[in-house]
Amino acid sequence: MSGPRVSVGFLPLTDAAPVLLAQALHFDAAEGIGIDLVRVPNWSHLRDLLVLGQVDAAQMLAPVPVAMALGLGGLRAVVDALMVLSVNGNTLGVSRALAGQMRARGFGFDFADALAARDALAATGPIRLGVPFPFSTHMELVHRWVEGSALAADGRLAVRTVPPPLMAAALAAGEIDAFCVGEPWGSLAVEQGVGELLLPGAAIWGSAPEKVLAMRRDRAEERPDIAGALMRAVWRAAAWLETPDHRITAAELLAQPDFLDLAPETIERALSGQMVISPAGELRGVPRMIAFHGGAAGFPWRSQATWFARRLARRHGLDPGAAAAAGTAVWRSDLYRRHLGPAGADLPAASSRLEGAVRVLTAVASSRGRLILPPDGFFDGAIFDPEAAEC
Amino acid sequence: MPSPLSIVVVEPDPDRARSIVDGLREAQDCEILVIGETAALSRRIAERNPDVVLIDIAHPSRDVLEELALASGPLDRPVAMFVDRSDPELTRAAIEAGLSAYVVAGLRPDRLRAVIDTAVSRFALTSRMRAELDAARRALEERKVIDRAKGILMKARGIGEDEAYALLRRTAMDQKRRIADVAEALVTAAGLLG
Repeated sequence: MSGPRVSVGFLPLTDAAPVLLAQALHFDAAEGIGIDLVRVPNWSHLRDLLVLGQVDAAQMLAPVPVAMALGLGGLRAVVDALMVLSVNGNTLGVSRALAGQMRARGFGFDFADALAARDALAATGPIRLGVPFPFSTHMELVHRWVEGSALAADGRLAVRTVPPPLMAAALAAGEIDAFCVGEPWGSLAVEQGVGELLLPGAAIWGSAPEKVLAMRRDRAEERPDIAGALMRAVWRAAAWLETPDHRITAAELLAQPDFLDLAPETIERALSGQMVISPAGELRGVPRMIAFHGGAAGFPWRSQATWFARRLARRHGLDPGAAAAAGTAVWRSDLYRRHLGPAGADLPAASSRLEGAVRVLTAVASSRGRLILPPDGFFDGAIFDPEAAEC
Repeated sequence: MPSPLSIVVVEPDPDRARSIVDGLREAQDCEILVIGETAALSRRIAERNPDVVLIDIAHPSRDVLEELALASGPLDRPVAMFVDRSDPELTRAAIEAGLSAYVVAGLRPDRLRAVIDTAVSRFALTSRMRAELDAARRALEERKVIDRAKGILMKARGIGEDEAYALLRRTAMDQKRRIADVAEALVTAAGLLG
């Protein structure tokens, strides 16, 4: 069937899966639209295409719409986060040389304890760490993680921008000593024998929103029918993706040349949570290595945007109160309710929450009464209150 | 007399880089550094401290420049991304040509305009040439494959060249595929069968 065409930009990453599979498995046609996928090689390009109207929607780093609302980064436009595409999904990794030093000091690479990993890393020399973009969950996780530690001291940690597909090469060339990057690029560094994995992003923040479905506000307002159809198609693809029986097929689909163009075995690791952390083949199981659907993963909690906004404001010297208000406004939990409630999403009663307060699986009030939130704790037990000035 | 503009062009293709550099030199007095390697891009640009950085919009390392654009320490110069500011026509032209420019804030608009105009036309020209070259190369490859497929058919079925081509074309039409695709499948199959 042929409905209106909707162009959606993406970068080759595992967390693009809901968008890619919405098209590949025809969830778009079922909603009466046709997705045209546009693969893009860098985040600034995708952001520009979105702002200039050359794509209708995009898989986007969660903090980018917030940063734009704060006037940070090149272009000016109101871009909304319609829904969260993925939660978690990053890995922190180190070069083999650095891993060797850490092992020699007795560090066990448990791939779980963020405090122990931080101490072990701090015991080595100055670190140059690559992240994909200045406005990224990676950047926020890394800064949040090192705060108050020896690594936060002057000259101990330099954070550099390295595009995900070039991360392993930068590590191999000795331009960086460590990285935080979305899958499968961390696993690829292991596969190529140049790096070892230190932590999953989830070890720093248990439920970190990673990518969002972004759309320019005027476009979404002009065609709410298309925005809604796209959200439903992506949401259904996310549900399909998170069914354990579908993982192998999902990895095969994502591996295609037009999508990620990598080996399906490497992609499947994050989907299954079975991570190979070193070239020696050591295996670590990670609950919620990456999540797309369950536990209201797609719901854009306004408190998540507030957290990003306050952190960005602090690092870039902006007024925190104004930043929190502006940043939170682009996180459209209202549109999520409007478009996905009727489609069957179990909507939480609240749109904002304390971030980091869920320690164990917790049932919460919701429209269908079946919503159970997974743990979302920060590694140091801190709780972020969106109403308070701390972050 | 203003001092010459310092421009960095990030472009791995030497022919394209030369074309851009020639164009810029004709248009105005400037000092140009071409960086072809993306290794240590950030450091090399920072060392040069240019007025303008020109880079392909789809260059994988462009995100590195976003980082430079944000740097605002006392020794850093404020850099802004060019495409948006105030001149939608120029912006559209730049985007269509596949160019992005990072510009030090406070550069005089007329000086900038000349640089961007030139760069846009050179980027557009080389993009078009590259696309045409790719198309020509592809056509040549396909022609070779079709010739081999024709040869295989002529030998296997004892038919003439025209007949072999007609057979390929008919099969392609029946299967709603391109002749080149059918020819490639045949060549592969023939290779497998020995």
